[in-house]
Amino acid sequence: MTLKKDVLDPQGKVVQNTLVNLGMNNLKSIRQGKHFEIEIDEEHQASAEKKIDDMCKKLLVNLIIEDYKINKIQ
Amino acid sequence: MKSSVIVFPGSNCDRDIAVALEKLQFKNQMIWHKETNLPKSDLIVIPGGFSYGDYLRSGAIAGKSLIIDEVIKAANSGCLVLGICNGFQILTETGLLKGTLLRNKNLKFINKDVHIKVINNNTKFSNKYKKNQILKINIAHNEGNYFTDHSHLSELNSENLIAFKYCDEKGNINENTNPNGSLENIAGILNSNKNILGMMPHPERMIDEIISNKDGVNLFSSLMK
Repeated sequence: MTLKKDVLDPQGKVVQNTLVNLGMNNLKSIRQGKHFEIEIDEEHQASAEKKIDDMCKKLLVNLIIEDYKINKIQ
Repeated sequence: MKSSVIVFPGSNCDRDIAVALEKLQFKNQMIWHKETNLPKSDLIVIPGGFSYGDYLRSGAIAGKSLIIDEVIKAANSGCLVLGICNGFQILTETGLLKGTLLRNKNLKFINKDVHIKVINNNTKFSNKYKKNQILKINIAHNEGNYFTDHSHLSELNSENLIAFKYCDEKGNINENTNPNGSLENIAGILNSNKNILGMMPHPERMIDEIISNKDGVNLFSSLMK
């Protein structure tokens, strides 16, 4: 989960400025986000993803300001 | 007038708001968040604090609690609802108020008395104030930076749904008088039916000249029938 592109991310900005001060001059941009590791008891990946998508929409993500992606971890 | 104050684990302005309401002769009840019945109330208050330790997002967990279904039902049938500080954050999480409250632009928790201007005094929450009256009210928050999309922002302006804006003691509204980066210096908004008010400043802390001032009193007296 990250803040949407047009939402100011002051924490990401501070991290970015600090890295530039440390000499990482080729740094283009940093967006700070968060992630959840979710275990779910489902036989099929598609239905597991659907349930997790539902969790994101109902609680985990604030869709006004945040974008999210679901990735499978082996 | 009957009022109900909803209490969550981590609420810490619930007693203050109860004192303010009782001082203004409300018959008040405290309602624990696990209740599934809300007593008949003219006013529901969601107080400030740090419900559930601000886990996930400020107000996100409280916004899904058992009592909230009853608050939503009451609000949709016209009951007055006031959310202060964390209460405002909870109201946005429930969807009763649109938009959201982001982290303060300067990344600091801000606790100070600031000036706000009464933008709309033609509401049940603000009719005892004069239009453009300047109040000095305490703010104490880490996420008070109001954000919403363009279409809702223009609705807020065209429908006169902005209740209060941050300003200086002379009433100037600009970037320098904006403590937290809030869109258009917004300090409080109403829903389209104008029966729900969410605001970051704490009027319940401004009801007694011995400890602060009395600039918050008229918000509660406005609500009296």
